[in-house]
Amino acid sequence: MTNPNGRFGIHGGQYIPETLMNAVIELEEAYQSYKDDPEFNRELNKLLNEYAGRPSRLYFAEKMTKDLGGAKIYLKREDLNHTGAHKINNVLGQALLAGKMGKTRLIAETGAGQHGVATATAAALMGMECVVFMGEKDMERQALNVYRMRLLGAKVVPVKTGTATLKDAVSEAMREWTSRIADTHYCLGSVMGPHPFPTIVRDFQAVISKEVKQQLMEKEGRLPDAVIACVGGGSNAIGSFYHFIPDKGVRLIGCEAAGRGIDTFETAATINTGRLGIFHGMKSYFCQDEYGQIAPVYSISAGLDYPGIGPEHAYLHDIGRAEYVPVTDEEAVCAFEYLAKTEGIIPAIESAHAVAHACKIAPDMDRESIIVVTISGRGDKDCAAIARYRGEDIHE
Amino acid sequence: MSKISAAFANGKAFIAFFTCGDPDLETTEAVVRAAVANGADLIELGIPFSDPTAEGPVIQGANLRALTGGITTDKVFGLVGRLRRDLEVPLVFMTYANVVYSYGTERFLSSCQRLGVDGLILPDVPYEEKEDFLPACHKYGVDLVSLVAPTSSQRIAKIAREAEGFLYIVSSLGVTGMRSKINTDLGSIVRAVRKEASVPCAIGFGISTPSQAAEMSSLADGVIVGSAIVKLVERYGKEAAPYVGEYVKSMKEATCTFSQPVIKLD
Repeated sequence: MTNPNGRFGIHGGQYIPETLMNAVIELEEAYQSYKDDPEFNRELNKLLNEYAGRPSRLYFAEKMTKDLGGAKIYLKREDLNHTGAHKINNVLGQALLAGKMGKTRLIAETGAGQHGVATATAAALMGMECVVFMGEKDMERQALNVYRMRLLGAKVVPVKTGTATLKDAVSEAMREWTSRIADTHYCLGSVMGPHPFPTIVRDFQAVISKEVKQQLMEKEGRLPDAVIACVGGGSNAIGSFYHFIPDKGVRLIGCEAAGRGIDTFETAATINTGRLGIFHGMKSYFCQDEYGQIAPVYSISAGLDYPGIGPEHAYLHDIGRAEYVPVTDEEAVCAFEYLAKTEGIIPAIESAHAVAHACKIAPDMDRESIIVVTISGRGDKDCAAIARYRGEDIHE
Repeated sequence: MSKISAAFANGKAFIAFFTCGDPDLETTEAVVRAAVANGADLIELGIPFSDPTAEGPVIQGANLRALTGGITTDKVFGLVGRLRRDLEVPLVFMTYANVVYSYGTERFLSSCQRLGVDGLILPDVPYEEKEDFLPACHKYGVDLVSLVAPTSSQRIAKIAREAEGFLYIVSSLGVTGMRSKINTDLGSIVRAVRKEASVPCAIGFGISTPSQAAEMSSLADGVIVGSAIVKLVERYGKEAAPYVGEYVKSMKEATCTFSQPVIKLD
């Protein structure tokens, strides 16, 4: 899917300051030399299996299936991974690679805090220094994850610029990387940014669809009819889609955060409301005004509150291979509560966007069809914010 | 020959950067005029961007103030039109890829040509991505100014070989902003640049004092000052013009201290 210049159709590329060019070239060379290296993969698989708890379960949500009365619903339980989200898959790969490159310090951006926690975890495990940039607004709504990162030995730097959310945390991490490259690896958390990040992160997350394919073959002896995942930058979605891209009969559905609705300014649904642009190292779709100023996006979910989307998703949209649908805050919160009550699973509010869409389409599908929904993370971190949304104040 | 070369025709060039629309366009026009009257050889006009990832806190703040004040790309073109009524000084735009791309690269560059903008600096467009902008730049006679950084090493030769207008040498790692000391081995970077480039080179990032300007102009053909000027505008607001003029004068004098390149100083 990748050509040598890191393009996905017209999307992708390396729109970054000259200061960082040799760093990304060095990263690409290192990745090329290690990605098929048996020893590297043995080490990575050991970490994924022994430490992160892979493979993650593919769970048949029987009650939900009965309740919705249509397609069979399977949940890919990335929430059961160590640190509670799919983010660890990518971080263990990148941290291992950074170590091979002689880097001793990891920096990262984080929105919901799951990628920050995963990076802090890998840094603790591998004896590396860790600095995480997080929007000040996100630090408030994801206070538990801020504490977890600090407990793991990371320094959390509040980002006060712009909207004080994920986009600004990415900008600040890029600025930091520009000022300190020799010992530092920027452990980017999604399939975005300059080449080679969208490819590296996708490859490390592709384990999700690889497992789903195998697990569903064992349980049902067939491919699913649809795979649904939430999309901010799009790492759990591309991981869930990747091995199904050649299987044209499998619908790939990414759920964007519509916030208060795609007809309002308080939205983060990039494919549905954005247009082509160049930002954060890549050409892709972005929420922006007529002069190219990046829009101050909004979603209840800190992890999806981002004005862009990874270049491979932009490409899958262009060629019509994947669909991207908007899901509002209200729909996501209802799905959050629904999954808790129906299956006893509290999903991350990000993942609840995918659950919401499954609830919409499953009843209209026949009982023989199969939907796989990726539960990208667990929802403990969101309980206080959802309670607040429902008008209840709880002390964490 | 590019009009930008005129900036380097009278000894070492002093290049002044302004964020357009901070705090308003009238002030920007006044400070640009003050800088030119006091010896600035080339003016860099920053078109504000919501998320300027190559800037430090000073210029980030200026971008935010300008955008909050309602500045747009069209209003910046309006400013250029007013400046060009009487100013001959070479003008270059400094902005981010999305500002140009979103406006329509052709439309943006044809406006540059029509209004008399001589060059374009895009800090988030490296050598590998310049094809997005280069054809339109050539079509409308606008130089696409390239940058080399302390980390560029083996990349310097190919960047310098294709450089247009002037070559922007980034003095230090990190983002824009004033620095008390510049530790990069700029002498060897300048030597590598001169081996390949057919255009002059100027050093920017971190320069704020006359002694730094003198030291940097001993190495290169010019010095670029941004954050220190933007800081003055931030401090004095609408009254900034005389302060900027005085500052530019002192910096231009320091820049002229060296009329010949000094070979050593590595």
